[in-house]
Amino acid sequence: MLDVDGLTKTYDGHGRSVEAIRDLTFHVGDGEFVCVVGPSGAGKTTLLRCIAGLLDNSGGTVTLDGTPVTGPPAGMAVVFQEYGRSLFPWLTVRRNVEMPLKEKGLGRAERAAKVDAALASVGLRDSAGAHPWQLSGGMQQRVAIARAVAYEPRVLLMDEPFAAVDAQTRAELEDLVRRLWRELGITVLFVTHDIDESVYLGQRVLVLSNRPTVVLEDVPVPLPDNRDQLETRSSTSFTETRNHVYELVQTAKRGGRPAHAG
Amino acid sequence: MTDLPRRVLAALGLPIVLVALWWVLSAHSSSFFWPPLSEIVAAFPRTWTADPIMHDVLPSLARLAIGYLIALVAGVALGTAIGSFRTLRALCEPTLEFFRAVPPPVLIPVIALFAGYTGWTAKVITIALGCVWPILLNTVEGVRSLDEVLRDTARSYRFGRTSTLLQVVLRGSSPRIAAGARQALSIGVILMVISELFGANRGLGAAIVQFQRSFAVPQMWTGIILLGLIGVALSGLFRLVEHQTLAWYRGLRQAERGA
Repeated sequence: MLDVDGLTKTYDGHGRSVEAIRDLTFHVGDGEFVCVVGPSGAGKTTLLRCIAGLLDNSGGTVTLDGTPVTGPPAGMAVVFQEYGRSLFPWLTVRRNVEMPLKEKGLGRAERAAKVDAALASVGLRDSAGAHPWQLSGGMQQRVAIARAVAYEPRVLLMDEPFAAVDAQTRAELEDLVRRLWRELGITVLFVTHDIDESVYLGQRVLVLSNRPTVVLEDVPVPLPDNRDQLETRSSTSFTETRNHVYELVQTAKRGGRPAHAG
Repeated sequence: MTDLPRRVLAALGLPIVLVALWWVLSAHSSSFFWPPLSEIVAAFPRTWTADPIMHDVLPSLARLAIGYLIALVAGVALGTAIGSFRTLRALCEPTLEFFRAVPPPVLIPVIALFAGYTGWTAKVITIALGCVWPILLNTVEGVRSLDEVLRDTARSYRFGRTSTLLQVVLRGSSPRIAAGARQALSIGVILMVISELFGANRGLGAAIVQFQRSFAVPQMWTGIILLGLIGVALSGLFRLVEHQTLAWYRGLRQAERGA
């Protein structure tokens, strides 16, 4: 499905170059939910932007279904952290969700049906006529998610989407994303700095090292598909995995790197 | 709804006071250059009859409209191009600052050399040249400061070139473009008059100069008042359009202040 192979990214500018990503290789299977965590400044957003085709990589390849990613690929949707800046403030919620579908060339009736379904699935049917800035932060991020869902992507990239919402909203949105993932059978790559969130959401957690970034460890999450904020988070396997990932991130912060990589 | 009468009163209050003051203070004036307001008011309907309106006022306004529209289209088109490409911006910006610093009235003799004094062309060019700078520079700034996340969103959803330009870039820059267009409108009114001061025989500005030269002082005053009224009407019209198209921007700003 999604293959990242030997990805490197070096920023050049002002006479010096900064090596952000040294060597990233991983695979995301069809329909998988994979989380990426790492210490702050680990190049998580850089990685996501390279995969989304928004940023040119310096070396290596990103392949989606066997096709190399050179620009934003079809069948991929991105939910950004800055929900307030990612929604078009001059459009209503409905038009925001509809815009990408128009660009896809869908007819009016088909668009209306998909927009209605997407807004209903995130619980925003009543806010269709509002403008994004009339909504709370959590609701705005729901609009962004609805827009991604209506687009019917095969891969959904999420860049710390809940970093700016309060804890309660965050838990709701986590469950929303889990539910949508299970219902729609899409592939999700979820970048976060929150260790608990990554374990709660993912089937696997990729822990990144410090800059220049490599994959420190690919941690499987031994939790059932049915997850619950209370039960799952208090289960032993959640705690064990969480502790393991926590240790890894601490190692990464201290500059620890996997044995085989520079 | 009690708000509306109060706002109307607030808007009209100062003008009423000023007119009343003018009326009272000038009532017994015997100065030739400073006639009583009652005399000026009486001269108004006699001065601005169908003929001068058809042959002075409307042509002036038509030239303003043409020049302003040319400036709007050219300013937004060039500004979008310059704002979108960093290299182009680096190449153009010093030159633009130079041309912007040149007051358009001093260009009138130069333009007249090429386009003639009496025709419409020189006047329309003068108005367009004066109006284009605030629109151009504000468009550049608006396009340049468009949020990166919005651009990324448009790219990741694979928006086409045209809709990225129209629906994202221009819509996103529209508050800045409107600010430039508002500045340009007042410059346009000024240049509409000034462009007629040199060698024109008809037009609102030319009419005022002719009244002045023929010592028709009350008539001259009516011309000035008419100009002021046109200015108020145009800015009202502008506000109306802005109110409709930028409602989202006012709401956004209010929401940001409230948060």
